[in-house]
Amino acid sequence: MIKMTKTSSIALAGAMALALTSAVPAMAAGDGPEIAKKKWSFSGPGGHFDKNQLQRGFQVYKEVCSTCHGIKRIAFRNLVQPGGPEFPEDGVRSLAATYKVDELDGNGKVVQRPARLSDRFPSPYKNEAEARSIHNGANPPDLSLIAKARGVDYTGPIWYHPVSMLKDVVTGYQEGGADYIYALMTGYKDNAPAYRRDATGKLTEVAETSIQRGDKTILRCVSVEKVAGKPDNCTAMADGMNYNMAFPGHQIGMAKPISDGQVKYTDGTAATVSNYSADMAAFASWAADPTHDQRKSLGWQVMLYLLVTSILLYVAKKRLWREVH
Amino acid sequence: MDQHESTYKPGSRTAKWWDERLPVMRMMHGQFVDFPTPRNLNYFWTFGGILTFCLAIQLVSGIVLAMHYIPSADLAFDSVERIRRDVNYGWLIRSMHAVGASMFFFAVYVHIFRGLYYGSYKAPREVLWIIGVLIYLVMMATAFLGYTLPWGQMSFWGATVITNFFSAIPLVGSTVVTWLWGGYSVTGTTLNRFYSLHYLLPFVIAGLVVLHIWALHVAGQNNPTGVEIKTKSDSVPMSPFAVMKDLFALGVFAMLFAWFVFYAPDYLGHADNYVEANPLVTPPHIVPEWYFLPFYAILRAVPSKLGGVVLMFAAVAILAFVSWLDTSRVRSTKYRPVYRWFFWLFVITCLALGYLGAKPAEGVYVFWARIFTFYYFAHFLLVMPIVGLIETPKPLPRSITEAVLGKGAGAGSPVAAAASPEKR
Ligand code: HEC
Ligand code: HEM
Repeated sequence: MIKMTKTSSIALAGAMALALTSAVPAMAAGDGPEIAKKKWSFSGPGGHFDKNQLQRGFQVYKEVCSTCHGIKRIAFRNLVQPGGPEFPEDGVRSLAATYKVDELDGNGKVVQRPARLSDRFPSPYKNEAEARSIHNGANPPDLSLIAKARGVDYTGPIWYHPVSMLKDVVTGYQEGGADYIYALMTGYKDNAPAYRRDATGKLTEVAETSIQRGDKTILRCVSVEKVAGKPDNCTAMADGMNYNMAFPGHQIGMAKPISDGQVKYTDGTAATVSNYSADMAAFASWAADPTHDQRKSLGWQVMLYLLVTSILLYVAKKRLWREVH
Repeated sequence: MDQHESTYKPGSRTAKWWDERLPVMRMMHGQFVDFPTPRNLNYFWTFGGILTFCLAIQLVSGIVLAMHYIPSADLAFDSVERIRRDVNYGWLIRSMHAVGASMFFFAVYVHIFRGLYYGSYKAPREVLWIIGVLIYLVMMATAFLGYTLPWGQMSFWGATVITNFFSAIPLVGSTVVTWLWGGYSVTGTTLNRFYSLHYLLPFVIAGLVVLHIWALHVAGQNNPTGVEIKTKSDSVPMSPFAVMKDLFALGVFAMLFAWFVFYAPDYLGHADNYVEANPLVTPPHIVPEWYFLPFYAILRAVPSKLGGVVLMFAAVAILAFVSWLDTSRVRSTKYRPVYRWFFWLFVITCLALGYLGAKPAEGVYVFWARIFTFYYFAHFLLVMPIVGLIETPKPLPRSITEAVLGKGAGAGSPVAAAASPEKR
């Protein structure tokens, strides 16, 4: 009888654990494109940022992305702090001085002064309307929280979903944002995929290499939809849009922002889009979570403390209950 | 157990002085030190203590957050980011509060299913159970209100969707919704009142918890056999026995809690809530927090809006009636060979509804949501009354002591042991 309680107890506990992990909405949608999980220096419980990578990421941001994207939640002083890019303070002080921020003078007039360490990065735009008018109606989001504001949808089979969720909990997978940014930056294609329509109206994807110049039967579609009793529907890319494998819906208002060799690294890292993307994704992850390293190192101390305390409590409980059972 | 007398002995003159004027120590001693607890409780009985811990964590972390949080449509989102970045250990407090809400619900679900499995809602614990259902209801309200505070996209659209339910009320629906919103849509005004209520309701919960424990200590704790305490050997004093076991369980629970706080703080949340609320952009999927998903599935399983809302509320309300819906003569499902299967079917149903609640309301998902919604209600309205009447329970142990130490131990002769499962 005792055995029975044990099994059902374990079953109930298991069911509850499953409920906790498997009902998570974040991964629920499941209709996004498949995005690979990369290994990051900051992955998992033991992870921490690589300051050289963050420095390179900041360089990419500064030289390329900052024309269109702000990082308004980051103050210049953050670039100096431990657990971040840890640039030398003097360098950051002079970097700050190259930015201008608004201030009221003694007469109540708005004047501009050079930024200080305590100031935050000024936005490249006065407001959203200005941003949209510059970018053909699209709004380049601020990048200081983007790594937390994006994630990766689960796309595998249903039966594996709970297992995958449990794996994410156990491994402390929190790098969906970084994986997405990497996939976005490396996911540009010159053209939407090519399809050929057969006599029945069905669209079949064809390899780029098999397309002849000037082939009129080729259609370029960002998405293909089956309609019962009718020819397949091809959605062509809208004007001014770019094809991207990772972006939901595949057409994005941002043109491919960076190409090989565009940013000159000084530490010997190869100047490839793949490296730029990884470095930028790491930088964005730090910008969204500047206390990340502190969190994970304090975490071990707390876990260890709780573990030892629990073991002691267990021993005490066992001894105490020996008289009863 | 109401007859239980405190064995408190004032240890000093001051204590004696107090005891003659306000015997709180005597009461606390009687209720939490030498209070008799069944000696056969398993670890599912540690969740009450764990829940008290959760409430304390939410209160303390919440009060600290409130020192830095700004309830305004323009500043709320930024103020939470400031807490995460600039307040000393703000990231920790914020993470404890957000993860804490999920842990609270995890614990309350274990606690509720424990009660359902062992028949803890049956006489004489009906009032105790109903107060529990009320706590659960107020918890849901508190969590919903709290989730709007960071003013992200899910906060805003979640609040919009949920408050819109009330528009389904015939005749006065839209008036009620306008009144809830304090305007014609969810705005900063709504945020302000939600904040006020979010600060208030946890204290209502604390009050209900006091009543809950009071009612518990009148009826005494149920236990895995469902057989009441009969003699002294059936129980052990709460301190140190139950207290030590509770502390150990709390330590393990705290590790689970800490794992999420430190290593997966965003796992239980939604990425869209790191995008500031924007009334002009609707997110592609509006989904509530995981602990509401089964109810969300029920809501969307019904083709009519009013019907969906009614069923959703009924799904919670029906819990208050199980004491009378269950006709079984024995409490514990352990001794119910037929009902046991239905119990697990019910657990699977709740998990399935949770899964479906996270899926878009279309195609096969709706079909299955309907099937499981049907079983959800059938479990209470058909299975509980009917199985209780037709099932022959397994023989109950004669006493708790016998269940622990085997036949022949404890009160009475072992011969009669198998003969009395009908005892109500
Ligand atoms: C010429 C201007 C421009 C530059 C330079 C630029 N972007 Fe963008 N970016 C945009 C616009 C416009 C959008 C909005 C696209 C949309 O919503 O369709 C955008 C969107 C994004 C998004 C959000 C995608 C999403 O999921 O919504 C990310 C991430 C991003 N850019 C990263 C970068 C990075 C990293 C760089 C630097 C390597 C960069 N961008 C450089 C214009 C730019
Ligand atoms: C029953 C207990 C409570 C529950 C279940 C609860 C739940 C929640 C939830 C789910 C959030 C949203 C967290 C997020 O996603 O960011 C939240 C936020 C908040 N809560 Fe509570 N809460 C409780 C008690 C309290 C108390 C007692 C206070 C203060 C007195 C409080 C103050 C706040 C504040 C200021 C926020 C906004 C800051 C933030 O979002 O991190 N809460 N609460």
